[in-house]
Amino acid sequence: MKQSLHHQNQASRRAGGVSAAGEVALRSPSALFWIVLHAVCCLVSLALGFRFSRVVFFLFFSSSSTSLFTSAPLLHTVTTTTTTNITTTTTTTTTTTRTLAFSFPPPPLPPAAENRTRSRVVVGRQGIRIRPWPHPDPAETMRAHSIIERVQREQRLPYGAAKTPRPLIVVTPTYVRTFQALHLTGLIHSLLLVPYPLTWIVVEAAAPAAEPLSGETTALLARSGLRYLHIPFPEPMPDCWPDRRLTEARMRLRALRMIREKRMDGVVVFADDSNVHSTELFEEAQKVNWIGAVSVGILADTEQPSSPIKAEKTNSPVPTQGPACNSSGDFIGWRTFNSLTSPEQIEWAGFLLNSRLVWREAKGKPEWARDLDAASKEGDEMENPLALLKDTSPVEPLGNCGKKVLLWWLRAEAGTGSKFPPGWIIEPPRGARQDD
Amino acid sequence: MAGGFRVLPLLILCSLFQGILGEEHQPNRPTERISGSAGDVLEDDPVGRLKVFVYELPSKYNKKILQKDPRCLNHMFAAEIYMHRFLLSSAVRTSNPEEADWFYTPVYTTCDLTPNGLPLPFKSPRMMRSAIELISTTWPYWNRTEGADHFFITPHDFGACFHYQEEKAIERGILHLLKRATLVQTFGQRNHVCLKDGSIVIPPYAPPQKMQAHLIPPDTPRSIFVYFRGLFYDVGNDPEGGYYARGARASVWENFKNNPLFDISTEHPTTYYEDMQRAVFCLCPLGWAPWSPRLVEAVVFGCIPVVIADDIVLPFADAIPWEEIGVFVAEEDVPKLDTILTSIPIEVILRKQRLLANPSMKQAMLFPQPAQSRDAFHQILNGLARKLPHEESVYLKSGQKILNWTAGPKGDLKPW
Repeated sequence: MKQSLHHQNQASRRAGGVSAAGEVALRSPSALFWIVLHAVCCLVSLALGFRFSRVVFFLFFSSSSTSLFTSAPLLHTVTTTTTTNITTTTTTTTTTTRTLAFSFPPPPLPPAAENRTRSRVVVGRQGIRIRPWPHPDPAETMRAHSIIERVQREQRLPYGAAKTPRPLIVVTPTYVRTFQALHLTGLIHSLLLVPYPLTWIVVEAAAPAAEPLSGETTALLARSGLRYLHIPFPEPMPDCWPDRRLTEARMRLRALRMIREKRMDGVVVFADDSNVHSTELFEEAQKVNWIGAVSVGILADTEQPSSPIKAEKTNSPVPTQGPACNSSGDFIGWRTFNSLTSPEQIEWAGFLLNSRLVWREAKGKPEWARDLDAASKEGDEMENPLALLKDTSPVEPLGNCGKKVLLWWLRAEAGTGSKFPPGWIIEPPRGARQDD
Repeated sequence: MAGGFRVLPLLILCSLFQGILGEEHQPNRPTERISGSAGDVLEDDPVGRLKVFVYELPSKYNKKILQKDPRCLNHMFAAEIYMHRFLLSSAVRTSNPEEADWFYTPVYTTCDLTPNGLPLPFKSPRMMRSAIELISTTWPYWNRTEGADHFFITPHDFGACFHYQEEKAIERGILHLLKRATLVQTFGQRNHVCLKDGSIVIPPYAPPQKMQAHLIPPDTPRSIFVYFRGLFYDVGNDPEGGYYARGARASVWENFKNNPLFDISTEHPTTYYEDMQRAVFCLCPLGWAPWSPRLVEAVVFGCIPVVIADDIVLPFADAIPWEEIGVFVAEEDVPKLDTILTSIPIEVILRKQRLLANPSMKQAMLFPQPAQSRDAFHQILNGLARKLPHEESVYLKSGQKILNWTAGPKGDLKPW
């Protein structure tokens, strides 16, 4: 902002010095001397940047030095010089030290700041500080980028990205059978795709009597790469469907007790090993407050007499079970494909629980929540998580209010008595013909 | 009955839920309250705490000057004009001088512009002196205290020293007649001749509508680490360097011109305001004077200001905790600027950004027209209110004189 002004003032001062030089006339040797002297003064003025008065110089030169020196009114700071026999060169050097506020490239003393002894800020020319290696340091560049990344993450916070992803607890009852490897492999792959911290609780039913223990499940879990808890369950899995249902419920209850014991935190997802889950199910799980319900596609051929799901002959083309909402999005009841289903028969797979519901003591546990022990009748029976509620009103419908089917329920098993090679590794034949 | 009793705990639980859920659904960015050293003083309301009497000066001191050159309304010294307009219609204005706590003299000393738009300070001391002579002869209030309950807005480079060059300004010193008055100025540097004790330091004027017009969506990620646009060398006045900005700006250029983290150049981009909103740090180094509108721009756009000016006093320093909001780097540490900035802990950076996001912080730096609550006008009034009540000693006994009306350079005594 000062550019042109400063420049103008400088220029005018310099011009003043130069124009005066043109007036000197060449008359005599003394005039010549004056010309030379004047030329030197002009050079000095150019160097100093202010007009250096010839009158002062004349006074200085024509009388004794020290007395006049001290009385010269134009001088602000007095330098001590006593030289009287003067040549032009030495006079110029002594007079240059009379400057008031100008400082030179070597580190300056604070000239104008004499009265302000406390200020450490110096007015005037300073050096330009350049460090020896003025190039970026890679470690600092990395730090700067991590700062930028953190700042951007913070910027995204108010715009929908989950603040801290809630951990998931996946509960799976399983038992060793031909189709186990099929189902568990599929489930493992689904769980590997979940982007949230996950703990998988696998409850394994005991081997049927007269059969040796096999490490099938253990081997499958160990290869999975997931974080899991493998819990043994004392009873074996029965053969007929209704009994299986009850046993599965008891196995899940066992897992819930484990969650309660360890006070595990997160959202409980009931993932049966034969079900197929979409990744959106786990996204919706993040939104669960206390208990959520999602729509499940029931893939069972209800016509078969051995079907796991009993249904009357119905022309309904929608094989789903899930929550139903009214127009304002509130939960009003269940929508199932067969009227035989009462709320107690809704599959476990369609429920998502906040693990704190099963804790003994939890901050903020709602009033409508029943304690786990009270809910499981005779200590070991629970039809489905609705038993944990005193009434069904606090159920949160998820997945676009139950309109979206987020998982498929399936019970596909081999016939009883089917066998499979242990570990699914085919032993080399001992002869030409392979034993059964 | 039982249902009725149930409702109250349910309500409490519901509010608890709101608290838990509320964080996720809040659309606003998290901000932090600014607790100044005097405790949330940015939110004080000055109305009712003080009364200001505005002297009616002939229009040659204000309106005619503005008419001659309306550019004065847009440059960075425009605070003096807008403050006058604000006070004329403000609730703190009183038309009864007997009940006034403060007296304001509307004289536009920074409105004598060169063709380029730079203000010339050469006539300002005479203008100020002439105005003071007028008020001291027309009203008795100046002589009552010799100006101790009067305030003046002097937004020029070095305040009431009335010169753009620092050495000359120091030589002149503050105008003698203003020795006892309160000065409201943009210049602030500790232990400097041109900063009087008790002055109120204000931000320079930055056009609020222009900045408002260049806002970008707040979810635009900040991807520039350090940003600066401006001169490093003032080739016209200081070609060698080392004089302009005490060599600090030249040092920034020489050390960091090759550093990809530093987006610094002398260009004048049209996207200057938008770029500041995409930067984490904005440099605010000194120039010929230590203050600049860059500080205001950085605060408004949420970019952490990196102040490189030794001993600078920032606006409203008694109300705004600048240490917690900005980063201060000594001029001698400029070569280590990259190390300094990258070693600030990330929580500190996030906290500074939250403090900057606080709307009362941005409001306090702006001069909107018409005035809004908690803006810079009100912060000035808050500052004046904090200085009340005046001590008994400022009221002079009859016949007592402190000011010397003939002090100062001879050129100042000429009438204006």
